[in-house]
Amino acid sequence: MVRQRGILDWISHGILLLGVLVVAFPLYVTLIASTQSLPEIQQAPMSMLPGSHAVENYTRALTQGSSLGSTAPVARMMWISFVTAMVIALGKIAISLLSAFAVVYFRFPGRMLCFWAIFVTLMLPVEVRIVPTYEVVSSLGMLNSYAGLTIPLIASATATFLFRQFFLTVPDELVEAARIDGAGPMRFFRDVLLPLSRTTIAALFVIQFIYGWNQYLWPLLVTTQENMYPVVIGIKRMIVGGDAVTEWNLVMATAVLAMIPPALVVVLMQKWFVKGLVDSEK
Amino acid sequence: MVFHSKTLPWLLLAPQLAITLVFFFWPAGQAIWQSTQLQDPFGLQSQFVGLENFLRLFDQPSYLESFRITAIFSALVAIIGLSFSLLLAVKADHVIRGASLYKTLLIWPYAVAPVVAGVLWLFLFSPSLGVIAVWLQNLGIGWNPLLNGDHALVLVTIAAVWKQVSYNFLFFLAGLQAIPKSLIEAAALDGASPARRFWNIVFPLLSPTTFFLLVVNVIYAFFDTFAVIDATTAGGPGGSTAILVYKVYQDGFRGLDLGSSSAQSVILMVIVVALTVFQFRYIDRKVQY
Repeated sequence: MVRQRGILDWISHGILLLGVLVVAFPLYVTLIASTQSLPEIQQAPMSMLPGSHAVENYTRALTQGSSLGSTAPVARMMWISFVTAMVIALGKIAISLLSAFAVVYFRFPGRMLCFWAIFVTLMLPVEVRIVPTYEVVSSLGMLNSYAGLTIPLIASATATFLFRQFFLTVPDELVEAARIDGAGPMRFFRDVLLPLSRTTIAALFVIQFIYGWNQYLWPLLVTTQENMYPVVIGIKRMIVGGDAVTEWNLVMATAVLAMIPPALVVVLMQKWFVKGLVDSEK
Repeated sequence: MVFHSKTLPWLLLAPQLAITLVFFFWPAGQAIWQSTQLQDPFGLQSQFVGLENFLRLFDQPSYLESFRITAIFSALVAIIGLSFSLLLAVKADHVIRGASLYKTLLIWPYAVAPVVAGVLWLFLFSPSLGVIAVWLQNLGIGWNPLLNGDHALVLVTIAAVWKQVSYNFLFFLAGLQAIPKSLIEAAALDGASPARRFWNIVFPLLSPTTFFLLVVNVIYAFFDTFAVIDATTAGGPGGSTAILVYKVYQDGFRGLDLGSSSAQSVILMVIVVALTVFQFRYIDRKVQY
């Protein structure tokens, strides 16, 4: 009844379409540029229609990389990003499940202290402790390794809280029943708690995979060798300053490649994504 | 209902606590300690200087300037980002058909890495070959973010806002859909115009969401835009886009001035703590009418 059909609806659709176009415009230009040759891009303004060099650009980026700046092949960088993102997402979920289980289902001296210690990490993002964290990692010999890229990022206050909140809603009767049946704590964890947590785990996985894939500052500090660059670092290193030398066709192809995995995760797992986003802000 | 065991809970907590201690608390302690030390240029010796690093910092015009830039930048990101997303969310809430399609079309930038977002906009605005830069030059605007600090700030802001639109949009849309339609219909019956219905009913009821997003956006602008800035302007030209986080990195990692960088880290920690406490204290209470 409040909906005035007709003109107002068209205006709404118009504004939304305009919004979608504005948001999608950079993506469109990137896609177009990744199909053109470097000289075609350099004649300002470049054509807004697809060129004929798509296969060439993508093959070159994937197998050889740029010839200036970072010269590592993008396929290698994508692999590193993928491994890093998977380890970070699964690692965060695993250790947060365990610590939430300990905090909720056991009473032991120092329980609240542990809880607060985990909570306080929310207030210590990498950005505020750049140099000393780098020193710790380098003295542990973890520079340029998967361990260095992932382990320091695996601690997670948000995920621990999320699982804690969820465990608190699990009815006590389940624990009782498990105990009467003679199940120990780990058996209860594996056979009751874990299956119940499936949806929370799925939602967190989506959010944490994107988090891991998109990490920038941390890999910037701990990777100094090209063969350990994740794609987010590689793409930055391909831009060598000055439009005359940057191979924009390859940079744009790399940008598209770097966007595909996380975008796929968001669009295909949209339901979990929205749940994860909303839950982790509670 | 609990289990009893002396060692098991510690074993379960061990991985999380170990990482927390080694990579969070130890470095944070180091930062605080180093902020009271003055190192010689070779990094061989250091001496305790108390608060001198902090005093020196606040005497530096470039640090105060960085504060000013951070304030302007986060205000711009929050205000522009929130208004644009709210407009789209209101419209998406209004249309019956296609709302979920618009949602899908608007959420994907969330998945784009901040550094890639920076690269995309850097390309569009690159003075010699960027598509938008060429349009601007045709309009007679001498666009050059490499030389003009204001242009650089505009570029960084646009890239940062673009990346955050999907997040804001999702939360605004959820907030709008939670508002009871009966309230709006009652106002419509009383003859309130659409604009009045929005400002007198929808907007006040949406205030908890808006407030929450405001805090999230400020935190985002403060800390998560590092990659956007590093990719587009690297803090330049002449420090005109060097927000506080970027300056910690520049001074500590590029300039190797450990004392100053650590003092900056400590100041940032205080800011994060303040923002986090603020977030937890006020968000649950809800700015409800």
